[in-house]
Amino acid sequence: MAELTSWRELPPGGRVSPATAQQPHTGGWRTGVLPQVDLSACVNCLLCWLYCPDSAVKLDGTTFAGFDLDYCKGCELCAEVCPTDAISMVEEQA
Amino acid sequence: MRELLTGGEAVAHAMRQIDPDVVPVYPITPQTPIIQGFSKFVADGRAHAELVDVESEHSAMSAAIGSALAGARTITATSSQGLALMAEVVYIAAAMRAPIVMAVGNRALSGPINIHCDHSDSMLIRDSGVVQLFAENAQEAYDLMVVAPRLAEHPDVLLPVLVCLDGFTITHAAEPVELIGDDDVRHFVGDYDLPHPMLDIREPSTHGPFAMPDHYFELRRQQAAALDFVQAALPSVADAFELLSGRRLHAIEEYRLDDADRVIVALGSTAGTVKDTIDELRDEGERVGLLRVCSFRPFPAVELTAALAGVETVIVLDRADSPGGTPPLHAEVAAALYGSGCGLRGHVYGLGGRELHPEDIREIFALDHGAYIGVRGEECPA
Repeated sequence: MAELTSWRELPPGGRVSPATAQQPHTGGWRTGVLPQVDLSACVNCLLCWLYCPDSAVKLDGTTFAGFDLDYCKGCELCAEVCPTDAISMVEEQA
Repeated sequence: MRELLTGGEAVAHAMRQIDPDVVPVYPITPQTPIIQGFSKFVADGRAHAELVDVESEHSAMSAAIGSALAGARTITATSSQGLALMAEVVYIAAAMRAPIVMAVGNRALSGPINIHCDHSDSMLIRDSGVVQLFAENAQEAYDLMVVAPRLAEHPDVLLPVLVCLDGFTITHAAEPVELIGDDDVRHFVGDYDLPHPMLDIREPSTHGPFAMPDHYFELRRQQAAALDFVQAALPSVADAFELLSGRRLHAIEEYRLDDADRVIVALGSTAGTVKDTIDELRDEGERVGLLRVCSFRPFPAVELTAALAGVETVIVLDRADSPGGTPPLHAEVAAALYGSGCGLRGHVYGLGGRELHPEDIREIFALDHGAYIGVRGEECPA
């Protein structure tokens, strides 16, 4: 958590600088399910990357490279949009 | 250049000379001549703004926030119900520190529905955090419009500036108005240079974020400080404007206050009638004066208290009521004068365009208690 500043130091109107969304690890809010990929079924269409609301789908250049669990909230959108059912959701171990 | 112009036309000329980038607007009486005049300038190629015909005043102010923060100089105008519909977004414009300029043709709020002047519309957004400057006549409405971008865009201010002109009395009545040269106005307002425009792709940023209890209060405090800073910024902007025009703008105007024992405090065009009456009364030996408040927000309490020091009776005229409480200008003056020893009374007058005549002002000076003025059924002048 960033240190709380006085009103004198806050940017006018509470304007927020770029890339602060990287700071909160939204994966901490995860619902209890994780995406799991069957790479043999993946056709690298990148729909999961496009749809993920938390930028939790990693790329290696233009190739699917797994999930960034620091940000995945377990919303299941990637599994839903995957055209080849290569992504499934599994229960997370406590 | 001196021209015979209505206040609405004079404001439209100021807009043409400022030549803003974006003007999102919805028509409403008595603001209409401002936007009608400005639209004609755009159609004739004499102004170059993107005129956005929005579907309501709520949308007008929303569009104005977007364009002002994106990096486009933005002006709009409204009145009465338009301002009421817009009110939600006016608060947001101030909170997002959007330096929008807006002309307000003051008109009574419904109901009953009415199109004529009082200040209830402006007072509805009294606490929104915007600058509110009240013109006395068409000339001052023009002058304040020219000055408004400089105040709004000052890096320590960054707030909407509202130029309030009495509906019909100023917006629709023609007077000789001295216009400054086009190039001089453009040079005076300069380029629109927002510190962090939203569309700066080199440094993208989020504007108007959600603020939890750990930040909301600080952002409101910061906004209050920005509004207060207008009092410090006004003299230097007024200096620059005086060099250009030969006319001086003040937060308060003192009229024949020397040795005055009774002083009226008022906003807007009524001050003109009060001045004429004071001249007559002074000729008759009465020690009367006027203190006209031009800057209602921020309220120049210290200046006002100093100007009224030693006055026996201060008489506040409010053109808006606060049912069940104290009318806005009266409350403001009372707070400023608390402990000063001045006597104080207040009068509500002129609601819904009810005229205030010189003989009414004579009666007001002669009264010894606060009362509604000019309403049938009261003992005071009607």
